[in-house]
Amino acid sequence: MPSTYATHPEARDIVFDFISDYDNPTLLGAFWMTVKLTFFSGIGSLVWGTLLAAMRVSPVPLMRGFGTAYVNIVRNIPLTVIILFCSLGLADIFHVTMGASDFKVQGFRLAILGFTAYTAAFVCEALRSGINTVPMGQAEAARAIGLNFTQTLRLIVLPQAFRAVIGPLANVLIALTKNTTVAAAIGVAEAAYLMKQMIENEAQTLLIGAIFAFGFVVLTLPTGLILGWLSKRLAVKR
Amino acid sequence: MSSVLYDTPGPRAKRRNVILSVVFVVLLLLLAWWVWSALDDKGQLEWSLWKPFTESEAWTTYLLPGLGETLKAAALAMVIGLPLGAVFGIARLSDHRWVRGVAGTVVEFFRAIPVLLLMLFANEVYARSTDVSTENRPLYAVVTGLVLYNAAVLAEVVRAGILALPKGQTEAAQAVGLRKGQTMRLILLPQAVTAMLPAIVSQLVVIVKDTALGGVMIGFTELLSERATLAANYANVIQSFVVVALIYIVVNFLLTSFASWLEKRLRRSKRSTGAVLGEDTEINPAAIPGTFGTGENTGGGG
Repeated sequence: MPSTYATHPEARDIVFDFISDYDNPTLLGAFWMTVKLTFFSGIGSLVWGTLLAAMRVSPVPLMRGFGTAYVNIVRNIPLTVIILFCSLGLADIFHVTMGASDFKVQGFRLAILGFTAYTAAFVCEALRSGINTVPMGQAEAARAIGLNFTQTLRLIVLPQAFRAVIGPLANVLIALTKNTTVAAAIGVAEAAYLMKQMIENEAQTLLIGAIFAFGFVVLTLPTGLILGWLSKRLAVKR
Repeated sequence: MSSVLYDTPGPRAKRRNVILSVVFVVLLLLLAWWVWSALDDKGQLEWSLWKPFTESEAWTTYLLPGLGETLKAAALAMVIGLPLGAVFGIARLSDHRWVRGVAGTVVEFFRAIPVLLLMLFANEVYARSTDVSTENRPLYAVVTGLVLYNAAVLAEVVRAGILALPKGQTEAAQAVGLRKGQTMRLILLPQAVTAMLPAIVSQLVVIVKDTALGGVMIGFTELLSERATLAANYANVIQSFVVVALIYIVVNFLLTSFASWLEKRLRRSKRSTGAVLGEDTEINPAAIPGTFGTGENTGGGG
């Protein structure tokens, strides 16, 4: 007995029906939370990561040491440990509430704090690798034609460094988008949190897997394509 | 000390650096004092909370078995994921458009999906359609998730390793009359594998870190979930987090050091073709031709 969608349009409604049963969060709401987490953590880690990178390449040995230590420690701790610590340690024991009045907002802000602390280490390394692609000869040539220190940095070194950094930073952003799923561990209602609920309670295992996989492909693929194209276009030809 | 960003410091710059150092030390000390007093305020510095970690019970009952499970899952994921990754990496270099296309799509798909989603999905599939015991299911699910994701990443490592070899290797192999399969098996792969070793070892760090997800989300009894049991027993949340974080740092630091030792050794060795994928090698989609299945491969062999 054939019961395709074509002959029985209501079959599609039955298959996808369960989605509307979930309203805390809704499917779109969960992915919107993923986007928000990525956005705010992305900004935060860009700022903190840039500061760390500045320390790591600074002429002050102590700052270099601090930057190196931070990056090597944070990179080697699982993100799950950091996020869980933000909730069970910072919030529950030290009562760091991040100025939030209710539990949901607090979890959201703590997750951003954790993602920022973790991702900043990778942003720092990406920026540093970008600066390292500028050959020593560039600065030497700049000084040879009489440019002073700020001119050398502003006109010669940094423009090349920024352009070399787009590719590595794009990878960090994509990794961050995927890493925000870890926030499900402290009950932030984002995509993985909703997927766990749905897949445990509904019969359509494969369909649910496909929906959430598709969501992440939609989020990460354009980022990779656009920034990949940009980094190729702006790359300094050597 | 001179870099592309600044000159060797003169007397004035030296003085400025000293002042900056002092200011920075004061800031660090303030931060340390602030953390210390916060810990003290909440009574977290009590010796009784730290003492369990100096006794063998905490280690033999919780931490070491947990670490064992973590390492077991990581090792299994690498042992299964590497051959799978190699197959897909080589398939992406195939001369046949459809083989390249299929392998490329699979690899890009699994690289785009968070490993947690793969674990949750695998866990549910095992629960519903297989007779894997409830006891073993978390390990199976964690390893499956890790294998799917890391095989895709390792496929790119293998591909980059083969593409990094000088073109002359393929040309010479063809010139002496080797077939495509022979070229790959006898000439390209052996050289690529040595070049890839550091990158493969550092991928182990990523795998070890990702096992922690299984502990929190699907009840795999690895190090991080053993920490919860331990903290429930001794009522030392902060302390257990510090110790567990230290264990992860030590394990991963050993792996990273091993990777950079391998890299240095391989760079030195005379027989290498000079192509070494470092531990920091970014598998940047923009840097590898043909990523996202555009089919503009230039690599040889298949």
